[in-house]
Amino acid sequence: MVKTSDTLLDHLRPSPVVAARFAKIKERPVVLEIDRLGRQFPGEHGPITALRDISLQVHRRELVCVIGPSGCGKSTLIRIIAGLDDPTSGRMLVDGKETSGPCPERGMVFQGYTLFPWLTVKRNVMFGLQMAGRPASEAEREARQWIDLVGLSKFSDNYPHQLSGGMKQRVAIARALAPNPRVLLMDEPFGALDAQTRAQMQSHLLEIWRNVDVTILFITHDLDEAIFLADRIVVLKANPGEIQEIIEVPVPRPRSLDQVHSPEFQATRRRLDELIHPKLHTPAEHLPIIRLTQAGDDVE
Amino acid sequence: MSRPRWFAVRQDLSPSRKRLLGMTAFLLPLLLWSIVSYVPFIWHPNIKVIDPGEVSWLRPGLQIPRADFAKEVATAQATGARVPTGERANPIYLPAPHSVARALYTAFTTKPVLRGDLWLHESLAMSLKTIFWGFILSSAIGVPLGILCGAFVSASRLTEPFVDFVRYMPAPAFGALMVAVLGIHLEPKVAIIVIGTFFQQVLVVANTVRKVDCSLIEAAQTLGAKRRQLVLRVLLPASLPDLYNDLRILLGWAWTYLIVAEVIGVSSGITFFINQQAKYRNFDNVYAAILIIGFIGLATDQILAWIGDRLFAWKNPRPSRVRTFVTRLFAGRDVLLFPDKPTA
Repeated sequence: MVKTSDTLLDHLRPSPVVAARFAKIKERPVVLEIDRLGRQFPGEHGPITALRDISLQVHRRELVCVIGPSGCGKSTLIRIIAGLDDPTSGRMLVDGKETSGPCPERGMVFQGYTLFPWLTVKRNVMFGLQMAGRPASEAEREARQWIDLVGLSKFSDNYPHQLSGGMKQRVAIARALAPNPRVLLMDEPFGALDAQTRAQMQSHLLEIWRNVDVTILFITHDLDEAIFLADRIVVLKANPGEIQEIIEVPVPRPRSLDQVHSPEFQATRRRLDELIHPKLHTPAEHLPIIRLTQAGDDVE
Repeated sequence: MSRPRWFAVRQDLSPSRKRLLGMTAFLLPLLLWSIVSYVPFIWHPNIKVIDPGEVSWLRPGLQIPRADFAKEVATAQATGARVPTGERANPIYLPAPHSVARALYTAFTTKPVLRGDLWLHESLAMSLKTIFWGFILSSAIGVPLGILCGAFVSASRLTEPFVDFVRYMPAPAFGALMVAVLGIHLEPKVAIIVIGTFFQQVLVVANTVRKVDCSLIEAAQTLGAKRRQLVLRVLLPASLPDLYNDLRILLGWAWTYLIVAEVIGVSSGITFFINQQAKYRNFDNVYAAILIIGFIGLATDQILAWIGDRLFAWKNPRPSRVRTFVTRLFAGRDVLLFPDKPTA
C-alpha cells in the first residue's frame, strides 16, 4: 500500500455512514462535561501547571479515549474526574449537575487492578452494591450477572491472587459497572497486560460496552488501542497539559482486529503519530558520545 | 542446569535444605554444649575434690579453680603430706545436657523449699496469667488506638508524639510507682507488661495500617465507600494479616517484660522459681525453667502462625498442613516475620 501521506490523510474524513453515526451521538444528551478544568501543583519555583483549560463534552454511550505523551497529565485528568484529586480551577458536570469528590456515578478501573485481595471475585463485585446499602442477597444476584457478563462465572469464589492479570481486570470492570455508573473511567487499564491479552481485553471491552448503557472515558498511551476503541480521541500535549486536538475516529463499527490495516485506521494512526511524536518525523541527531554499534559487516 | 548453591545472594533454598539448616540451628548449640560438658580436657576450669588428702580446708565434692588445686598439691608434696585428688569439672552454673534434660522432668517434682512457695507448674500458671491479662488489656486499647492513628492523620498527630516519648521510658522504671498505686500482687505486674507493650503496640499497629495500599482506598471511594466503611471494610481487613503478625511479635515482647514484672512487689511466677532454684544452686532446674519458657514461646508462636495461615487464606495458596508446620518450625524467622512469602 504505497500512498503519499496526503492521500492517506484524506481517509480521516469519515464516510457517510460514520458521519451519520457521529451526528446521532451528538444529539444524545451530554453525560460528562468538564469546563475549563485546570490543575496546578506547588513546585520549588512557583506553581507547575499540570492541566490548563481542559473542556470536553462526552455524550451518552460514547467511548472517548484520551492519549498524550507521558507527563501530559492524563492521569491527573482522570483522577480529577473520578474525584480523587481536586481541580484548581474549572468545574465538572455529570448529567448537567455540578459535582466533585468520589462518587459511584463515576466508576473507575485502575491500571493496578486494585481488587480487594481478601474478598472473593463475587464479594469484590458486590462491594459497590453493598456500599449503596443493597441487601446482601440482592447484591449477590446482581453481582453474579455482572460476573457472567465478563465471562468469569467459574471463578466467582476464587480470590484475586488466583487469577491472571486479564481476569483480574475483568473483575475490576465488573466491580466498577455493578453500582451502575453514568461514566466508566479507565486509567490505562490494560497497560500491565501482555500484547495478546491486551488485544483480547480490548475486544471484550467493546462487547461489554455494546451491552451496557455506560459512557466510557479511557486513558491510554497506546495509539492503536485508542483508535480501536474510541469514537473520539482527545490528544493532550504536555507542559502545560492542554487539549491539542480532538479526532473523530473514521473507522466504522463494529470494530474488528482486521481493520488495523484499513486506510481509515492507518490515516488516524499517522495523524496521531504526527501530533504526539512530532520529533520522530525529523531526522534525529546523535550525540558524539554515543558509540554506534558496528558488527564489522555491511549488513544493516 | 547447575546445582543450586548454598550461598546465593537472596536466592531461596529448597524446603529440605531449609529444614536441614533449621535443625542444625538447634543442634549446633547443643553440640557445642555437649562438647564442653563431656570432653574432659576442653575447658573444665575447676577441680572437683574427691579425696581432700591432708589439706585441711578441702572437702569432698568442693570445686576449686585448677590453679589453686595445683598449688595445694604442690605444698602437700613439699611437706610430704597426703596429696589431695580430684577430677576436672565445669563450674556448677554449667550443668551437662543430660542433667538439664532430666531436670525438665524433675523440676516439676522438686518440692518447694519453703512452705508457701509454689511448685513449678503453679509458678508457670501464674506467669501465664500475668502475661495473658497484660497482653489482653494492652491490646484492647492499643490495637483500636493504633488503627485510628493509622487511618486518621489527626489522631496520629494527637497521640503519637506523646506515645513516642513514653516509649523511651523503660517499663521497669515504673515498677516502684505501680507497686505504690496497685499493691504488691498481680496488678502491678500486669501494669508493667501493659506499659511495656502498649506504647510499642500503638506505633506498630498504626504503621501497619498506614502500609495499606492507598489505591485500595481510592478504589473503594469510587465505589461509594464513606469514611466509616473505608476504615472498617477496607483498612481493617487489608491490614488484618499483618496486624495479626504484629501481635505475635509483640507477644514475644510481653514475655521479656514478664521477667521484669515478676520481680517487683512480691516476687512471683517463673522468675521467682528461677531465682529460688539459683539460690539453692540447682542450676539444672534453672536451665530447665528457662528452656520451658522458650518452648512455650515457640509453641504459642507456631500455633498462632498456623492459625493465621488458615484465617488469612487469601494471602497464601493453601499449603499442606503437616509439611508446612515442620518447614515453618525449622525454616527460621523469615517465615515467621514475613509469612506472605511462599513457604514451599
